[in-house]
Amino acid sequence: MSIDIATARKVAKLARIRVEEEDLPRLAGQLSDILGFMEQLNEVDVTGVEPMVSVTPMRLKRRADGVSDGNIQAQVLKNAPDAREGFFAVPKVVE
Amino acid sequence: MTNANELTIAEARDALRKGELSAVDLTMACLTAIDAGDALNAFVHKTPDIALDQARAADARLKGEAPGLCGIPLGIKDLFCTKGVPSQAASNILSGFKPEYESTVTSKLFEAGAVMLGKLNMDEFAMGSSNETSAYGNAVNPWKVDDRLLTPGGSSGGSAAAVAADLCLGATGTDTGGSIRQPAAFTGITGIKPTYGRVSRWGIVAFASSLDQAGPMTKSVRDAAIFLQAMAGHDPKDSTSADIPVPDFEAALTGDIRGKKIGIPREYRMDGMPAEIETLWARGQEMLRDAGAEIVDISLPHTKYALPAYYVIAPAEASSNLARYDGVRYGHRAKLAAGDGITDMYEKTRAEGFGPEVQRRIMVGTYVLSAGFYDAYYNRARKVRALIKRDFEEAFAAGVDAILTPATPSSAFGLGEMASADPVEMYLNDVFTVTVNLAGLPGVTVPVALDQKGLPMGLQLIGRPWDEAGLLNHAYVLERAAGFVSKPAKWW
Repeated sequence: MSIDIATARKVAKLARIRVEEEDLPRLAGQLSDILGFMEQLNEVDVTGVEPMVSVTPMRLKRRADGVSDGNIQAQVLKNAPDAREGFFAVPKVVE
Repeated sequence: MTNANELTIAEARDALRKGELSAVDLTMACLTAIDAGDALNAFVHKTPDIALDQARAADARLKGEAPGLCGIPLGIKDLFCTKGVPSQAASNILSGFKPEYESTVTSKLFEAGAVMLGKLNMDEFAMGSSNETSAYGNAVNPWKVDDRLLTPGGSSGGSAAAVAADLCLGATGTDTGGSIRQPAAFTGITGIKPTYGRVSRWGIVAFASSLDQAGPMTKSVRDAAIFLQAMAGHDPKDSTSADIPVPDFEAALTGDIRGKKIGIPREYRMDGMPAEIETLWARGQEMLRDAGAEIVDISLPHTKYALPAYYVIAPAEASSNLARYDGVRYGHRAKLAAGDGITDMYEKTRAEGFGPEVQRRIMVGTYVLSAGFYDAYYNRARKVRALIKRDFEEAFAAGVDAILTPATPSSAFGLGEMASADPVEMYLNDVFTVTVNLAGLPGVTVPVALDQKGLPMGLQLIGRPWDEAGLLNHAYVLERAAGFVSKPAKWW
């Protein structure tokens, strides 16, 4: 599978990583190489094989549906680049 | 007498318990070695004040009954969240981040009385095999045979360098595709990746959640047993951590493996494998045979597909896990231009904060999970993963107790030597280790010999699920038979 520049641009957009236009050809080339390496997987007969969900067969433990934590607003906000009045602040989202 | 920082954990534990050494003196010896070892760039955040407080508390505790790790100075990989101490996963996107909580592993270590000397260098988000993707710059291997600086391996490169150079008595590592075992092999130390679920992942920055597992990196197999004991166990905060008893790992080191079956997988004899690796592997087989084990040839037919499956699954999980770094809740936020909206903020923040390899893997993961490709790549890789695991299950069902393989395709290479290589070439470093993560098994590497260049080379043993005890005993036999005692000549 060869990745063209339009696909590279789309993937970068989906990943929310800004890639400048002049860097897209190099990115497309690298992604193509990596995906080419993965093409080997097509040699494997996977008929009837279930995709692995969990490497160790286990039933996830259950617990009572109760509050176990909370009231730590200051701690939650402590590392925020921009926190105001008890909230995370971001650029305007709605026009 | 040797300097206290050169002791093994077991030696220091015994000396501390007898009162021949104090935890404060031991910690001071390590802090001095760390300050003299800046050229290795292993410790990237030093915490001497915390260390000395913990050492004083340990000395008080050592007057009575104390656990094995009480008073033992350790280094902590930067991937572990440590309360109030920078925890950046070696990434600029987490610059300035000081967690408000403590990871389960470090909490358990501190409860056992361990001393934290500081945070250790690594590849950014644990993505790399040479510690060259770190935002802190390269960690350097203390082993050096000419004028080149060598990689300590990755991603736990700082951990490996620090232990090999006696800056600490042991260090935590994490292993997603070989990130404990490959650097351990490159630096002549021991590293074990436990069974998936043996050690809690809570508070460890996530890379690929179905593959990540933390483990100890130490100067001996006995030390690995003591250290792992303190890390392991069920944690309600990690739903994938196993609620099963943790055996006494050190008590399992009997040195008796008579009658055990050791599998030698023919698919690990790769085309173009250096003769030295082949010879080392054969010597390892002899050592185990001489100890009374039976050596049997086995087949793990899907081995060849482990790397491509891994490089679909790990980036897919990473792209999802790393979506949280958006410049809102913690870490770096890009400076915005007038009129920039929230999407600009995400895109600029992530472009500035993530290094090239992390960006590449996020985008590969995004691609293989995107509509139209999910089945062709991600689901196919998960099916191949099931087959890889089945290969191991069949070998163990046939009576194999452990599997012996090379640890790495070469000894440590020079920093910068892979700079012009394409990303896939670097991925080949994980060829012998990555199968173990895909199958969720425990794996350990033990240093066995020096190569012709004078650099350490290790062998890997792979065990049955949850049989770290038996696996460590096999490793102990290999360690004793190999008698590897070489240390890097101090140049730093």
